[in-house]
Amino acid sequence: MIHSLFLINSAADIFLEKHWKSVISRSVCDYFFEAQEKAGDPDNVPPVIRTPHHYLINIYRDKIFFVSVIQTEVPPLFVIEFLHRVAETLQDYFGECSESVIKDNVVIVYELLEEMLDNGFPLATESNILKELIKPPTILRSMVNTITGSSNVGETLPTGQLSTVPWRRAGVKYTNNEAYFDVIEEIDAIIDKSGATVCAEIQGVIDACVKLTGMPDLTLSFMNPRLLDDVSFHPCVRFKRWESERVLSFIPPDGNFRLMSYHVSAQNLVAIPIYVKQNISFFESGSSGRLDITVGPKQTMGKPVEGLVVSIHMPKVVLSVSLTASQGTQKYDAVTKVLVWDIGKLNQQKLPNLKGSLSLQSGAPKPEENPSLNIDLKIQQLAISGVKVSRLDMYGEKYKPFKGVKYITKAGKFQVRT
Amino acid sequence: MMLAIKEAASDMSPYVRKTAAHAIPKLYSLDPEQKDQLIEVIEKLLADKTTLVAGSVVMAFEEVCPERIDLIHKNYRKLCNLLIDVEEWGQVVIINMLTRYARTQFLNPNINECLLEEGGEKAFYGSDEDDEAKEEENAEVSPMAKRKPYVMDPDHRLLLRNTKPLLQSRNAAVVMAVAQLYFHLAPKAEVGVIAKALVRLMRSHSEVQYVVLQNVATMSIKRRGMFEPYLKSFYIRSTDPTQIKVLKLEVLTNLASETNISTILREFQTYIKSMDKDFVAATIQAIGRCATNIGEVRDTCLNGLVQLLSNRDELVVAESVVVIKKLLQMQPEQHSEIIKHMAKLTDNIQVPMARASILWLIGEYCEHVPKIAPDVLRKMAKTFTNEEDIVKLQIINLAAKLYLTNSKQTKLLTQYVLNLAKYDQNYDIRDRARFIRQLIVPMEKGGALSKYAKKLFLALKPAPVLESPFKDRDHFQLGSLSHLLNAKTGGYQELPDWPDVAPDPSVRNVELEEVFPTSEGRIGLLGDWREVIKLLERVTTLTRVPEWTKCSSRDKRKDKKVEKPFYSDSDGESGPTESADSGSDSASGSESGGSSSSSEEESGSGSESEESEEESDSEEEEQKKKRKKIVQRKMKPPASESAASEESCGEDQKILQKPKEIRSESDEEDESQSESSESESESEPESESEAEVKKKKKVSVPNLPSKQTRKTTVEKKEMSLLDLDDFEPTTSQVTPVNNVLSNSLVTDLEGLSLTDTMMSSATVTTASSLKMYELLHRIKGEGLAVEYCFSRQPFGSDSHMIAVQLHFTNNTTSEVKALRVEEPKLQSGMRMKEFPEIDVLPPSGSVTVVMGIDFSDSTQTANFQLCTHTRKFFVSIQPPVGELMMPVFMTENEFKKEQGKLMGMNELSEKLVLGAMCQNDHTIVQRVTSAANVSRVPCGSDKECRFAGKTMTSGSLVLVTVVTKADEGTVQLTVNCEKMVIGTMLVKDILQALNQ
Repeated sequence: MIHSLFLINSAADIFLEKHWKSVISRSVCDYFFEAQEKAGDPDNVPPVIRTPHHYLINIYRDKIFFVSVIQTEVPPLFVIEFLHRVAETLQDYFGECSESVIKDNVVIVYELLEEMLDNGFPLATESNILKELIKPPTILRSMVNTITGSSNVGETLPTGQLSTVPWRRAGVKYTNNEAYFDVIEEIDAIIDKSGATVCAEIQGVIDACVKLTGMPDLTLSFMNPRLLDDVSFHPCVRFKRWESERVLSFIPPDGNFRLMSYHVSAQNLVAIPIYVKQNISFFESGSSGRLDITVGPKQTMGKPVEGLVVSIHMPKVVLSVSLTASQGTQKYDAVTKVLVWDIGKLNQQKLPNLKGSLSLQSGAPKPEENPSLNIDLKIQQLAISGVKVSRLDMYGEKYKPFKGVKYITKAGKFQVRT
Repeated sequence: MMLAIKEAASDMSPYVRKTAAHAIPKLYSLDPEQKDQLIEVIEKLLADKTTLVAGSVVMAFEEVCPERIDLIHKNYRKLCNLLIDVEEWGQVVIINMLTRYARTQFLNPNINECLLEEGGEKAFYGSDEDDEAKEEENAEVSPMAKRKPYVMDPDHRLLLRNTKPLLQSRNAAVVMAVAQLYFHLAPKAEVGVIAKALVRLMRSHSEVQYVVLQNVATMSIKRRGMFEPYLKSFYIRSTDPTQIKVLKLEVLTNLASETNISTILREFQTYIKSMDKDFVAATIQAIGRCATNIGEVRDTCLNGLVQLLSNRDELVVAESVVVIKKLLQMQPEQHSEIIKHMAKLTDNIQVPMARASILWLIGEYCEHVPKIAPDVLRKMAKTFTNEEDIVKLQIINLAAKLYLTNSKQTKLLTQYVLNLAKYDQNYDIRDRARFIRQLIVPMEKGGALSKYAKKLFLALKPAPVLESPFKDRDHFQLGSLSHLLNAKTGGYQELPDWPDVAPDPSVRNVELEEVFPTSEGRIGLLGDWREVIKLLERVTTLTRVPEWTKCSSRDKRKDKKVEKPFYSDSDGESGPTESADSGSDSASGSESGGSSSSSEEESGSGSESEESEEESDSEEEEQKKKRKKIVQRKMKPPASESAASEESCGEDQKILQKPKEIRSESDEEDESQSESSESESESEPESESEAEVKKKKKVSVPNLPSKQTRKTTVEKKEMSLLDLDDFEPTTSQVTPVNNVLSNSLVTDLEGLSLTDTMMSSATVTTASSLKMYELLHRIKGEGLAVEYCFSRQPFGSDSHMIAVQLHFTNNTTSEVKALRVEEPKLQSGMRMKEFPEIDVLPPSGSVTVVMGIDFSDSTQTANFQLCTHTRKFFVSIQPPVGELMMPVFMTENEFKKEQGKLMGMNELSEKLVLGAMCQNDHTIVQRVTSAANVSRVPCGSDKECRFAGKTMTSGSLVLVTVVTKADEGTVQLTVNCEKMVIGTMLVKDILQALNQ
């Protein structure tokens, strides 16, 4: 199973290492650096690297490479999933998962890693259990710890580990009992040159923030559960109830968690909220090009489109741009060759437009392909697939909780080909 | 250490036992000598019944003694049942281990299918070593297999059933583990369920995507049909990392077939323009592979690639040259133009591989370009010294070939080249030059070989087969590191081949004595309840747990006997699933399955639940047998009228079901299964047994000489249906053909019904159910009249779609052109598959087409526009509630069992007095089946008629019972349906139909 873990920052420094079995020399990471150099872009580093004696399985998250060393056969997804779980735990504990934060809390990080993995096999990965074992840092606690020299690790074994609901800790108490659910949908789409949809699908998640006293048993039902084509659940959800009645019945973990994620099938027509009219051309002579982009609303269900950003990866030969935007700001990074046009809220009356010329490296041949546009947007109070929560019931506790559901639609991998 | 572990392994707290299990591999790595003792501890811990321990101990088992498969036997069923409640990491380890176990213990479920498909299958998937192996295997087993159809071991079924819900796990590793289990163990028809889950994983982090795509690439070679519906999910975005792009490309190429190649090629065209040159090169390779695999598009691809030769980017050109070379080798005669064009390219292309390819091509086909070839050699001779090694070798090659064919012009050139090569720095080239000189230049002495030189050099070379690099990777267990790297890693356990003869299944039986003490057993994860009580005394905080379980068990509204069965039953099964499903168990409380099986289990028999698991499975088999018997019985001449109608009902059923089954066999994807409940998949008999049924039918029919005519019709029908399905692809364009034909079949049968009483009612129902509704009146439609009816035929591959047959009649004097559907306005959840556009409808002509609508179990109208070349008409289709369902075949017992589950609110019943016309049950059957698309359930009493169906979209059962009370002259109509709205509406409709 998992032998060791190295955390490596983008400057190729190993800033944290942890060994669960025997110590493996840092030099094993040289193979990783080699692969990284070869790949160039961090996204292109192969997740599994073979070295003469070990296998390196790595993930790239929040500008940190998590490189794990293994020696024997193990399902690669097992390791990858675990590494992501580590990153998520760190994020959960410290609010963000970055080099500086990890360095600041190095003691807690080591404590966490020690608990999460035992002899290379995952032990406690549930954040509720971990939080009982190792208290998340607060200013007061770190002060006390510095003075008394005590550690963060709890004395007793978390009871949750033994119960039938290992994801929930016992004895939760709140004065304000509240349960919030965010239904977040992302549209993945490819739109072709002429504006026709090549493929489009909707991926959704329901994130929950539940702060309820005791052991509440919740039931969440949908107006139209049939829309959900493929689902995956947090382990707390009773799968049988879903199979038979299409309701989510669960005893929630305490705090923030992802209740379910779902997929709305591609066969259903997906409403594409905006359209893009674009005209990008490069001239054979004079080493210049023209760009003209207009964005307009298409099927927005009457809700305003916000946070609209168009980003374009320009071909390498584009040196600079001189563009004027009728709305929002545009910026061109000449190093990464990315043009970002931040529009903000889509104005229905006067459609935002970006127009101007591009100047190319002189003498270089004109690029063959027009760059594709990546679009980011946000629509509040709308789930584009039409999924709606009909009600939330609570059993098992007497008090009346405060309940809320929020819908957001975002653009996922939304790409317009030109 | 050993002592400590032993002690901990028998500790009362499961958490301690869990850590003991964790300690085992540690100790083993320190001191492998202790193995035997450690195995004892593992054996003991494997018998543990808590989910907490299961994962860790199996992990220890895998590390210490993966070869001791015998330790698993006794714990197999328990592990299967616990699986769903084990923590995620343990699930992965257990599933991987059980995959290996199942491979050694059960028979190959696809063995019979291989037999049936034999040749066809092979041609379809290309020569597959694995298939050959299987066939060899078949040759050995086939006599046995023919006699005895494959029956799945109930334990095998248990494993498949209990792992299926885990496809919904949030943990990608678990999903992948289940996917590989299904891929390696499930019957072909069931593997399809994993596709959807795998496609979902592709949305995850790019590392996960990378691993999943690797596995999908391997799967898609063997089971192409599985991923075809998700083709678009593999389309490539410009922002994907290159390694993901290349893998997606691989999958797309594997999925390419005659039907979708045009879409795929169009996609490829966009990819070629990408800025990512590595990716473009891979795309060109992919096009080459598509071209070799699919003959029809070869020329198109070739033309496209030739155009790429004028691309500005040298890499692109080079890659194209290499691919074109491979393609040309398949049919060089027709393409001398392309060869000439390529010869010209030698001046510009600098990429060695491409240059070498061109030179080889010219040398190989120098007869096709007799004038150019020597000239190319002349140019090459000039630059020889500056070329790369690979090019030099090809220059020598070219020279040799030209010398043999055209020695007059090239003799000196060849000599010159060989002389240059003789003094080259590379020894390979020097060797080659020496060898060739000996071979081709006639010498005084020796030269025995030189007369064969022509044969040696100009032998016809077989065209290369462009293969996926992922071919043959499936001999590694999918999802494993070894599979990903395509090399065996340390500690990898080979996936064993299926045994020819199943080992004794009784080894997995657990003795009753062993079961009993545990059966009074566990609450949840806490292990033995005696232990629990002690624990409770100590750990006060834990008191919360049983309290909670009590209150959640309140959910079982029907279950009054909460406490008792709760403590007494939950052995062997995944008892601890209070957390996961206690509330949901609508069956009988005693069955806390942890799987989706409860619906098909017999209710009850609390304590020996393991047995009941097995029983229920054997029951399945029994039911199948029963079904066969029914069919056989039907073949006997009918004694009474009622028997006749019953029979025809069954027959009707068969007719309707057959196309669907055959399709599911050939497509290897069972879409319906993934959505609908287990009970549905159960109702479809497995294809093997189906085949068996057919066989028996054919055997039994000739026994009845009086039914000769009928026999021929039966056979004819079967044949034509099979034929239809042969060319029925997933696209709907051909579906109308199917439908029209099957309609004509119905009329065929109708004609026959005059002579054959047995068929009569079946055909009448079919015919009378085709009630025509008006979609567009001829006045309103300005001469165009459209009528529609619900044909009750399955629509294409989509089991949720209801086939609507549209009949267009043109009453005008001019042609109506371009009839099509536009702008469907559908309620949410509804879907529509339009009919293919009708180009021309001649005056006073008529045409019938079929479209599919998924009404998603509601009687909402489907509104759309019907367009002609001049006008648009707003029309709408509203289905009668009876058309929203499809027939389900079940036995009387099953019917009663299902009915028992749908009592209370879900039951509606109504009394009515029947007119004189309606007295006999023949009429009742006819009227009910005309009002609703349900099938009759064979039953003993002639006072009762039962019908069963299920809704199209959600697959909820609809059960109809009509009981005649002869003395009162009344009829009691009962409808049981989970969907109360549908139930109510259906009662109304059936009443109306009966009252007519």
